[in-house]
Amino acid sequence: MASVAVERPSRFAVAGRPLLQRVGLMLAVAVGLWAFWEAFKWVGEETGLKLGQFTVNDRTLPHVHDIVGQLFEPSRRNGPLLIEVLWDAALFTAKEAAVGFLLGASIGFLIAVVLVHSRLLQRGFLPYIVASQTVPILAIAPMVVIWLGGRGLPDWLSVSVISAYLTFFPVTINTLRGLDSADPRALELMRSYAASRLRILWKVRIPASLPFVFTALKVSATASVVGAIIGELPASIQSGLGGAILNFNQYYASSPPSLWATNLIAALLGITFFLIILLAEKLVVRRAPEHVA
Amino acid sequence: MTVVSLQKVDKTFGKGGVTALQGIDLEIGEREFVSLIGPSGCGKSTLLRIVGDLIQPTSGDVVVNGKSARQAREDRDYGIVFQDAVLFDWRTVAKNIALPLEMLGWDRNRRSERVREMLRLVELDGFESHHPWQLSGGMQQRVSIARALSFSPPLLLMDEPFGALDEMTRERLNLELLRIWEALGSTIVFVTHSIAEAVFLSTRVVVMSPRPGRITDVVEIDLPQPRSAETREHPRFFELVADVRHKLRGSDELLGEAELIVAEEGL
Repeated sequence: MASVAVERPSRFAVAGRPLLQRVGLMLAVAVGLWAFWEAFKWVGEETGLKLGQFTVNDRTLPHVHDIVGQLFEPSRRNGPLLIEVLWDAALFTAKEAAVGFLLGASIGFLIAVVLVHSRLLQRGFLPYIVASQTVPILAIAPMVVIWLGGRGLPDWLSVSVISAYLTFFPVTINTLRGLDSADPRALELMRSYAASRLRILWKVRIPASLPFVFTALKVSATASVVGAIIGELPASIQSGLGGAILNFNQYYASSPPSLWATNLIAALLGITFFLIILLAEKLVVRRAPEHVA
Repeated sequence: MTVVSLQKVDKTFGKGGVTALQGIDLEIGEREFVSLIGPSGCGKSTLLRIVGDLIQPTSGDVVVNGKSARQAREDRDYGIVFQDAVLFDWRTVAKNIALPLEMLGWDRNRRSERVREMLRLVELDGFESHHPWQLSGGMQQRVSIARALSFSPPLLLMDEPFGALDEMTRERLNLELLRIWEALGSTIVFVTHSIAEAVFLSTRVVVMSPRPGRITDVVEIDLPQPRSAETREHPRFFELVADVRHKLRGSDELLGEAELIVAEEGL
């Protein structure tokens, strides 16, 4: 009997590249971007480059090493290091974003599960779900803060709700597509077993939807961080990254690298969220590697 | 005893649209191996799905295992195999085979015992924890057959199950299917457009023609049982193949060139 020719590649290898090689590539690109930044800055300063009102100097475009170095300077006279302040702020925002993400992703998933079972509901509600995302988050945020404020709930919860508002949409749209992506013959097969809708959902539709769901979760994970940062502003929450951005924005004239450093940390938080979902996907989704299929 | 009985079955798709099947009368007895053969568009797959209650006929009576097709489906009286294996990528071979057993509420021990038996039956012992994508097309189709037979349904419906496989794999699986059929004593309804395959496997070949889909001939296959690789070299085999081919050609004078090629490409 013919034996199996295909070995399953390592789960953490993508497109045949081992993890180490990918990290190496990522670092190389980072070095490239850093070199480009500094080269642009140097040329700009030497030639007095003017792009409209924009001129290159230490105020508009600080050195990368100044930005990173700023993290290890005291945030204020005799205060803790900037990185300690930002670390605490990032943890706070991470909590808001994580709760928002879980809330939004669950609601988004449930909406899709309901809509996939009724064309009528889908036609009726989908336009409004799309419309919900055209409303600027900054217009929604103050209302959420007012609705949820003064009810004994923690302040940051309204930030989570704002973050959930950004999170649920990609999850609903992609889950809907994913649940519908089940092989029609697989559905016939389940029908031949006289399987109930719930069984079909559980055994066929949901597993078939997972690759789509995870694509959405990756988008939503970063969106939830953005949502949390923006949500902190109207909620007047000082302890998170949104508060820090607002604060360092005010002191930009005296210390430009502080705001840049804060943005750096915010980006890292978003990337961390993304990577957590990526890891979860590797653990959950069992699919034929593309080059084998 | 009659396992499948069709009387005056018509099927029209859409309102006043295409007539897929017209006036189908067919009786299939216990332990028969009946092939439905005909060019594309003759409604043979539609007919198979009507027997399985996956589509409802527009009119006519369908009785399966002495009850309505719907009741038979709900009682899990048949297993079905498609042209593609339709295995679930996220399940191992063993779990794919156990899928219908989960539906029937069998407990874990009973399931794994039956899965072991089925793996032995289709000669895939040792592959239980592989995933479908790690198997060849022929092996995948064997898993799909094992899944269809796992709950011992009296009837097996097969919709061009070997149509996507290469000729050698196909011939080997034909022999395996006959072995399984003899071992289990089930009734098989088999859709194909290969004349040789239909003659080799069947006790009866039902010849169909398109537009509207109808039965034009039924050929009794009197080749000796059990069949083996040598059966394909038996003079009677060639006679029957020629006979079926004649009836396919004669079945519709209006059959276009292209469809003739489709009908004949099996041999």
